[in-house]
Amino acid sequence: MHDIALRAAGLQKRFGGLLAVSDVSIDIRVGEIHAVIGPNGAGKSTLINLLAGELLPTSGEVLLNGADITSLSPDRRARAGLGRAYQKTTLFAQFSVHENVRLAAQARSTAPLRMFGGTRCDRPYLQLVTDAIDRVGLSARSQIVADKLSHGEQRQLEIAMVLATNPQVILLDEPLAGMGPSEARGIIGLIASLKADRALLVVEHDMDAVFELADRLTVMQDGRVVATGSPQDVRVDPGVRAAYLGADGGIA
Amino acid sequence: MSMPNLRVRLFGIACLVMAIALPFCVSTYYTQFLAKALIMGMLAMSLNLVVGHGGLVSLCHAAFFGLAGYVLALLSPRYDAASLLTTLPIAILCSGTAALLIGALVLRTRGVYFIMVTLAFGEMLFFFFHDTKFAGGSDGISVNIRPEIAIAGRQLLDLDKPMTFYFVVLGFLVGVIALLTMVVRSPFGRALAAARDNERRARSLGFPIFRLRLTAFTLSGALAGVAGYLAAAQFGFVAPQMLGWHQSATILVMVLIGGLRSVTGPLVGALVLIGMEEVLKAHLDNWKLVEGLIIIGIVILLPNGVRQIWSMVFGASPQRAAEIKPAAAEARHA
Repeated sequence: MHDIALRAAGLQKRFGGLLAVSDVSIDIRVGEIHAVIGPNGAGKSTLINLLAGELLPTSGEVLLNGADITSLSPDRRARAGLGRAYQKTTLFAQFSVHENVRLAAQARSTAPLRMFGGTRCDRPYLQLVTDAIDRVGLSARSQIVADKLSHGEQRQLEIAMVLATNPQVILLDEPLAGMGPSEARGIIGLIASLKADRALLVVEHDMDAVFELADRLTVMQDGRVVATGSPQDVRVDPGVRAAYLGADGGIA
Repeated sequence: MSMPNLRVRLFGIACLVMAIALPFCVSTYYTQFLAKALIMGMLAMSLNLVVGHGGLVSLCHAAFFGLAGYVLALLSPRYDAASLLTTLPIAILCSGTAALLIGALVLRTRGVYFIMVTLAFGEMLFFFFHDTKFAGGSDGISVNIRPEIAIAGRQLLDLDKPMTFYFVVLGFLVGVIALLTMVVRSPFGRALAAARDNERRARSLGFPIFRLRLTAFTLSGALAGVAGYLAAAQFGFVAPQMLGWHQSATILVMVLIGGLRSVTGPLVGALVLIGMEEVLKAHLDNWKLVEGLIIIGIVILLPNGVRQIWSMVFGASPQRAAEIKPAAAEARHA
């Protein structure tokens, strides 16, 4: 049995009259990729924002390794070991690839806000930076300004930045969005390699990728969890077929 | 050391040598004029930590400048010189504390609201000194005798001598440049710039944005205090106008003229603006009109500030070279 790294219990988020997320409970375990799927407007992105702390839930709680983090701000959650990549690429556009990743590593270093000395003298985390850049395959591009990268490379950089914070739980919001098939292959392989000692939650629309990657699936619709389980179980769940997969034209 | 970086250093050393030699070549009037311009340059550089590196347009910076001036005026005995070694730290502490308190409130807002709230706090301080009698009200208050540096009753520096005063200002200026350069290049400075570029991402990486910006705002206010203290010592007089929004806007113009992305850019901007005013005033009646047109011209033609002229003459801009170089060095070590 795997350890539960991140647990959400009875999460609810209301925007005025709209119940975007309603009574969602989800367990994300170390060594597993947990995919969340569902039609547009199902509340997947809201769920990620609730887990990352950018939105505060109307009710319910979020636990990281058993500790209550429901009311922690995003930066405190990040320091506690929660890393996230955004759906729309969110980089430091004017900085080089190396500087983007270095900043990510700096945020988790022992003295992230030291006011003296350059940024070159911190050996331990600079190694983490080169490793993260190598791992996503951007070594040859490390001096390029982030703005000038291709879309696929920017997604790779997003993941390198998450890696450099050395998180225990990684939240990925549509990591394959807008990618060509060959670019997507590289990212899928990369994501699969991340789960060894971490817990991953992935929101993704590409069903082939989801069924290839996921160890566990949660299907959402209208802010609710329709089904949760292994991909095989979810595939044959009658509720899911009726509510989501059937209407979508079917992948079964 | 790469060539562009070497050139930047040589250029800096040349400027310093020139600044040291200049008072020996010009009249007392110009020595005093230059000291005034360097003080304003120091003020503009301190503002740029918040505006250029932090991405926060503050309109209350003159308040911290003026506050330190008032501290000197209020601490100066009527018939005796105040000690620089005690009054300067108190002035810096007051400006820094004011920046800390105001920053703790205004940094909760963003964008245009930040500009408006800083303006409001600046005006509050202005009217406090303008409408209350305790520091001379709208007439201001004078510093009869300049502060001195004395140990055991023996005077070490006579700030009444324009040349001595000039070198004291120059010394503080070099210190402020060194401090700001260190801060901007430190992990703190990089995180501050990252929050400017993309606040949401910086936060999700784990940077405490509020604390980061409050530290920068406080440091910026404290350095403005150094400039305000020196300005009050030079003019021998402090008036509420020193704290007003008009003054804040003038410093902002210096920053824009000089360029936002470097430590010394605003110093260049201050020298250009004050030098230009001096020349225009001497030759034209309606000089403000011409000055305005020239500023508009600079902003349109040199959107990155007058320091851009450097890159037109020498190729790569020093700031880009400075950014690329550390990264290249890291790549080599790795």
